[in-house]
Amino acid sequence: MLPVLLGHLRRILVTLLIGGLAGATLVRLGPGFGVDGREMDGRLSRDSIEAIRAERASENNIGAFYLHYLAGLARGDLGFSRSLNRPVSELLKERLPLTLGSLAYGVLGGIGIGLGLALLAVWWGSPGWELIPGMLSGVCVALPSAVIALIFLWIGAPGRWAIALVVFPHVYRYAKNLLAASYRSPHVLGAQAKGLGSLRVLFAHVVLPAAPELAALAGISVTLAFGAAIPIEVICDTPGVGQLVWKAALDRDLPVLVNITVLIALMTMIVNSLADLALSTRRSTA
Amino acid sequence: MKIARSLAVVLLALVSLASLGAGWLWHSSYSDQDRESISAPPSARFPLGTDDLGRDRFARLLYGTRVSLLLAPAAALLSTLLAALVGGTAGYLGGRWEKMVTAGIDLFLSLPWLFLLLAVRALLPLNTSPVTSVLITFLLLGCLGWATPARVIRAGTRSLADADHVLQARACGISRTRLFWRHLVPNLRPILLAQFWVAVPVFILSEANLGLLGLGVSEPLPSWGSMLRELESYTAVQGNPWMVAPAILLVLVVISFQVVLRSEDRTPC
Repeated sequence: MLPVLLGHLRRILVTLLIGGLAGATLVRLGPGFGVDGREMDGRLSRDSIEAIRAERASENNIGAFYLHYLAGLARGDLGFSRSLNRPVSELLKERLPLTLGSLAYGVLGGIGIGLGLALLAVWWGSPGWELIPGMLSGVCVALPSAVIALIFLWIGAPGRWAIALVVFPHVYRYAKNLLAASYRSPHVLGAQAKGLGSLRVLFAHVVLPAAPELAALAGISVTLAFGAAIPIEVICDTPGVGQLVWKAALDRDLPVLVNITVLIALMTMIVNSLADLALSTRRSTA
Repeated sequence: MKIARSLAVVLLALVSLASLGAGWLWHSSYSDQDRESISAPPSARFPLGTDDLGRDRFARLLYGTRVSLLLAPAAALLSTLLAALVGGTAGYLGGRWEKMVTAGIDLFLSLPWLFLLLAVRALLPLNTSPVTSVLITFLLLGCLGWATPARVIRAGTRSLADADHVLQARACGISRTRLFWRHLVPNLRPILLAQFWVAVPVFILSEANLGLLGLGVSEPLPSWGSMLRELESYTAVQGNPWMVAPAILLVLVVISFQVVLRSEDRTPC
């Protein structure tokens, strides 16, 4: 168990280092880097402008810039947004709770709907019952998340439920295949032959053994939900992180974009690691 | 399933042919403006009406379909080639290289790729010519979409590299290059093809999302994504329901791809 845990911690650390390096390089090479607005002030003397440039000279060395960037990251300093003229950490503090709330609704809702429909499809086992959720999930997968957000906007439904509609088809397909395979296994047939109730067979002998694999869905769902959050927040005008990222992309505000991307990659990796740990714990006990 | 597959193939063929032959099929171009018919309702001349600039929506849909349906496969080809290079080499060489590549793939997969796409897109100029914007959009999609197919290709190569016929070929003293080209690549072809076809609808949807966010193909060149931007105004859509035609076509095409892919999955080898 400990080596698995250490392995995951190592992966998260490597993600932070590589993501940090990629982020620092993007920010360093991005257009407008190194230009200080103060240099445009006509009242400043040449010496003052030189002093301002000297202040930023250390940033020209990409290695030094990377170390400086990582040290800032460790202190929680995520840089400064040029377009909004505020620290990125302050912007995140304002917007992250809203996005996390939407994601929680969306992921839990998507998993709930997907898993519920998959359970019903497996339990009833008639092809007719599979048809409706199958078609619904097919249509939802074929719709860009921005269009799903538009539909929600038109009908006046909260945008966070649009995330659920993006997550649900993936959960439904994976869970249905997994549960159907579990339902066909010999121990389930044995339990049915012994005369156990169908609901008991479903929950005790199908869902429970598949629970760790189903927990792995959380990782996939979080990645999907983060991706869907951008168009949904933009279309529904929700002042969350997704909308911030979109504005930063339009304003070419790389410090915001890069730091948020690294942060979200870390959060996703942590969720994925937790899901992996659940799976490996189950396998080791089995 | 067979009927659904046939219908899907026919629809994809019809849509592709109509978009490729847009110049012969339709009288006006995507950028022609008719100042006398601004926001006109559907008519024999303009089957889907005209937009705010007096451009024929049907012509724009035909040309937009061409952009999305030609460049999504091109991006899918690029990402599959990159994936084959990275995943195939990792699976074939194994050892430390494979571990490193797997870690890289995991890292890439943990990034929500729309965030990554926006970060990289912001590095590139936004005020580019329409044709450059099309190339940038699909090139980025192709370059950033390699991780998922790479994982599948790595696993496929790994199992092939351990297969009996490959072991036998090795035992016969065949060179590594010959082994790779004669025994691995031909057997990997079905996996590569499947990954290519899976990527096409994914890239179509990604372009649509980017276009709706204003970060895709720039005007006046149409694409499905840029045409969907018209749907942002609900009152306009209520008054002109034919504006949803690009969304309906997009959904139908993506569903058709899914149906073809699923039926391929179920076909016994």
